[in-house]
Amino acid sequence: MSAFAFVVRRLLGAIPTLALIVALAFLLTRLAPGGPFDEEQSLPPEIRANLETAYGLDQPVHVQFGRYVAGLARGDFGPSFKFRDFTVSELIASGLPVSLTLGVAALGLALALGIPAGVWAALSRGRAADRLVMTFAVAGISVPVFVIAPLLALLFGVWLRWLPVAGWMPGRPSDLVLPVVTLALPVIAYLARLTRGSLLEILRAPWIRAARARGLPECAVIVRHALPASLLPVVSYLGPAAAAVLAGSLVVETLFGLPGMGRHLVQGALNRDYTLVMGMVIVYAALMIVLNLAADLVYAWLDPRIRAERRL
Amino acid sequence: MPLLEIRALTVEFSGTPAVRAVDGVDLTVDARESVAIVGESGSGKSQLLHACIGLLAANGRARGSVRFEGKELLGVGHVAAVRGRGIGFVFQDASGSLTPHLRIGPQLAEVGMAAHGMTQEAARAESRRMLECVHLPDVERRLMQYPHELSGGMRQRVAIALALVARPRLLFADEPTTALDVTVQAEILALVAELCREFGMALLLVTHDLGVVAALADRIAVMQGGRFVETAAAADFLAGPRHPYSAGLLAAVPTLAGLP
Amino acid sequence: MKSGLWHDALGQLRGDRAAMASLVVLGTLLIAAIAGPAFVGFREDEIDWANMAASPFEADGHWLGTDRLGRDLLVRTLHGLRVSLAIALAATLVSLVIGVAWGALAGYLRGRADALMMRFVDVLYALPQVFFVIILTVVFGRGPLTLLVAIGAFGWLTMARIVRGQALALREREFVEAAIVGGAGTLRIVGRHIVPNLLGPVIVYATLTVPQVILVESFLSFLGIGLQEPLASLGNLIADGAAEMETAPWMLAVPAGCLVLLVFSFNFLGDGLRDALDPRDR
Repeated sequence: MSAFAFVVRRLLGAIPTLALIVALAFLLTRLAPGGPFDEEQSLPPEIRANLETAYGLDQPVHVQFGRYVAGLARGDFGPSFKFRDFTVSELIASGLPVSLTLGVAALGLALALGIPAGVWAALSRGRAADRLVMTFAVAGISVPVFVIAPLLALLFGVWLRWLPVAGWMPGRPSDLVLPVVTLALPVIAYLARLTRGSLLEILRAPWIRAARARGLPECAVIVRHALPASLLPVVSYLGPAAAAVLAGSLVVETLFGLPGMGRHLVQGALNRDYTLVMGMVIVYAALMIVLNLAADLVYAWLDPRIRAERRL
Repeated sequence: MPLLEIRALTVEFSGTPAVRAVDGVDLTVDARESVAIVGESGSGKSQLLHACIGLLAANGRARGSVRFEGKELLGVGHVAAVRGRGIGFVFQDASGSLTPHLRIGPQLAEVGMAAHGMTQEAARAESRRMLECVHLPDVERRLMQYPHELSGGMRQRVAIALALVARPRLLFADEPTTALDVTVQAEILALVAELCREFGMALLLVTHDLGVVAALADRIAVMQGGRFVETAAAADFLAGPRHPYSAGLLAAVPTLAGLP
Repeated sequence: MKSGLWHDALGQLRGDRAAMASLVVLGTLLIAAIAGPAFVGFREDEIDWANMAASPFEADGHWLGTDRLGRDLLVRTLHGLRVSLAIALAATLVSLVIGVAWGALAGYLRGRADALMMRFVDVLYALPQVFFVIILTVVFGRGPLTLLVAIGAFGWLTMARIVRGQALALREREFVEAAIVGGAGTLRIVGRHIVPNLLGPVIVYATLTVPQVILVESFLSFLGIGLQEPLASLGNLIADGAAEMETAPWMLAVPAGCLVLLVFSFNFLGDGLRDALDPRDR
């Protein structure tokens, strides 16, 4: 099957998923006891009724749903209930570039550091370097992002004063260093552990012994013969890694004051801003689907060559 | 001077329980000679071969002396230079000797380049020549294929080619036909015999199949529980073994097997 | 034969030092959470006007210092531990019940029913659990009950997958075939034959689910979307501590350390159980 057909088929399969999430989100928000304006006691009933009509909240549920979906197709996620001057689309549009930059940088850093760390640990098996990397890995996996973030902010931002701790000015890349590193740490830890385990297992394979028996230099054996095979589990992990980065970005953006989607989502959740929360969740879901698809593509590209091995 | 000289070789594996796979073994192999080590599964035959070229599992330790062309292989760093170039190795399971994600051509070529510093062009030409030597049909196509696209017999031929690319003087073969169909076994045996003659190689063969011994070996050593219980010229042995264990082995061969 | 498996498993577990240490730690934490506050001289909402933001050992009686409002940190942390544990265990129980029921049924029924049920799981898997829980808290408010239901409602996915895999394998085994031939009804088969054999993996993954639940709840509480005053879980305490980090680092260190210890221990214990009970996973 060609790559194009594969992509199309997976995208089609993803549509029900997205549709279900949209429906679920919509249903939940409409099931909510009370409406978005209940908290504002200062509103006299007539004005509240007008507002509800203006937002279309007085229509029957299925009509609201239809209008919402139609809006989605146009890229219109509806108005934000709390940030009255903005539509959700505008908030998404302003936050998306920031979040994407953060996420991509974090994933990139994680891959660039985590995989080599794992390889190094595997090759120094049992010795100090291995123990060092693995201790760090366990810590990175078990200590949650919201504990790491304040600690790093304290260490590098306050005590050492090396890096800025909050705020975001486009064109000042040092702003991003702490958030990106914080977000990347758990993924680095997991990748290091995963790569190490996978490489160690591959190094026990019979064809590695055979490659050595042919007189190939050790570095060729590791780089050309062992590594490509050991990277498969890493590729499988890319989907969950992206999910972890997405979820972690909520904390990181909030803590470091980055105006990304995550921070808007948290604000929306605190304010009970239904349309904002829903819109954000739908965008995140779409992002996840695309990222998972990309990971599957990479895996399928690597897989046919290793299919024989995997079948055993 | 014998090509390979093994003295008092002992191989032990740590663990619970600890295992002594090879227990004080002596053996010599002269140039162009074919020696077969025979024994049942678990007698330590494979470990002997692995120990000689330093490819034991992580928990294995070899003691004693193994000299190839006069140079000691155990313990000292010389063994890496000997692998492939001095001693070639054909493993039992060819699917387990070929790297699954690399094509056949590059796998062959890299051995040539590593062993003799060949250029890519020269290495490719040599790969083609080796595949022809092992009588693999449709060579050009095979060079571009992956191991899983070949049948078991073809893979074993490629494995043999891989072992010979660097032109070793001694070939280790660990149960080279056991994993193959009966129909293919005879062909592969004939191929190994032919190549040893053609390239002037000595052969140290490990097998539990006496039919293989009959086809290939000049001398035979019978192994039981990590030790040699009998060594003899192959013809003498097949006519009348002296040790009761060897006699048992010979008696266990079904008469329809490839005995001449 | 089953008793042999348990016996071996217990033996193996006892040999796993990390798991045993974790068991001890968890036991201690549990006792501390339940009985601890009674031994500390202060109540968790008691304000000590004379000793605001005191560091550990500085003020009399406040072994771990106080927070910004003069509340004893030790007792607050113990209460936070209590809340975190209570929600975690309750939510895990909910996940367990839903997950086992869903997975066992899907695995046993096979065919279309199975495919449909697992497709539903796949859909929910598309997004990290946190997002669904956030939606629910936006809709239903931020109380502990919402949190419990929300986390439980989306935490059963992995359990369902595991259980379904086991159920599928078990269904093929001879004793199940025999029961079917013998005329036993579906419920009886699932209840008497399949579920007891699932006990091993279920225990393992329940133990591994607890720390995940703790982390999700703490995550949300940290952001302020989780629990509210006066209820405070470790997540809330960590958020408070993070705000005061520069001047009173112990406010962050104590609850954070407690949380990390809790999560580490559950993970080590779960890993140990998995090695002991799931022979294939070795």
